[in-house]
Amino acid sequence: MSHLPIALHIPDGFLSNGVAAAAVVLAVAAVGYALTVAGRQLGEERVPLLGVLAAFIFAVQMLNFPIAAGTSGHLLGATLAAVLLGPWLACLVMSVVLAAQAFLFADGGVTALGANVLNMGVLGALLAGLIVGGALRVLPRNRSVYLGVVGTTAWLAVMAGAAATSVELAISGTVPLASVLPAMLGVHSLIGIGEAVITVAAVSAVMASRPDLLAFAPPDEPELGHSVPQGA
Amino acid sequence: MSIKVFVALAVALAVALATAVSPYASSSPDGLEKVAADRAFLDKGELHSLQEDSPIPDYAFPGVENERVATGLAGFAGTLGVFAIATGFAWLLRRGRGGRAWRSATTPSS
Repeated sequence: MSHLPIALHIPDGFLSNGVAAAAVVLAVAAVGYALTVAGRQLGEERVPLLGVLAAFIFAVQMLNFPIAAGTSGHLLGATLAAVLLGPWLACLVMSVVLAAQAFLFADGGVTALGANVLNMGVLGALLAGLIVGGALRVLPRNRSVYLGVVGTTAWLAVMAGAAATSVELAISGTVPLASVLPAMLGVHSLIGIGEAVITVAAVSAVMASRPDLLAFAPPDEPELGHSVPQGA
Repeated sequence: MSIKVFVALAVALAVALATAVSPYASSSPDGLEKVAADRAFLDKGELHSLQEDSPIPDYAFPGVENERVATGLAGFAGTLGVFAIATGFAWLLRRGRGGRAWRSATTPSS
């Protein structure tokens, strides 16, 4: 028990049955909707891309980086998935990863799977979709702004997941909110920096090799010409 | 770069990271685990009965004594497994749509 690599992965026993069940309902609603739009959004090229992204997020989630005094963190990946696949397909990718972790690796609880899908998948993916989509509409289109938005969003998605986890723990009666929320936000403000760095690095790599694969189109590279000023 | 090359390179990178780097990842408690320990609710955590037969519990490949090797093997098998599961899942989703499109195309329109 002492070595559960949980990060934001809630094990069973932390949440009350009511909170776990409510989270399952919300997660199922989101994933159910994602499944209905997936058919439209899942082009031929996205099929292997969805697999690759799930594999990459699973792999990088194993790479815990040290953050502060005897604490570590790892990538969650929802922002990365949302930037590549759009928010709804990202929900599906995260759900596949989290379910595999729970059932094959005993990482994250079974009754807590709904909460984990919600906190680390749905919430981050939808938030990323909203923020990145919105920011790119109003901000100047260039490479630094694009990557800056992606990095900031990655940090925010981790903080949102940490806040949601805290609220769920508090409603469950596991720990008072005033005690758990500052602690969770504090530690995840550092983990979020790692999330931002890894997400920006991965998105940059895709921009350099296959920018057309990004669901949120990056700005045209200057050397490719025609930077059409149509941001408004 | 063709999509096949992109996918092959990305999967190779993921497998390499999970196999060769994960054994050297930090083993310190992470975010929630640290907070749970500090706020004294870590002991509430329990394993679901479904997880007692997990094929690779705690990212340690069973039957391998060397911890780093066990973690690396878990990363190798897990990354390829997740790639296969997610690709299969996406393929089924797309086939489902294709199936519907095919049915509506062959059903006389009303």
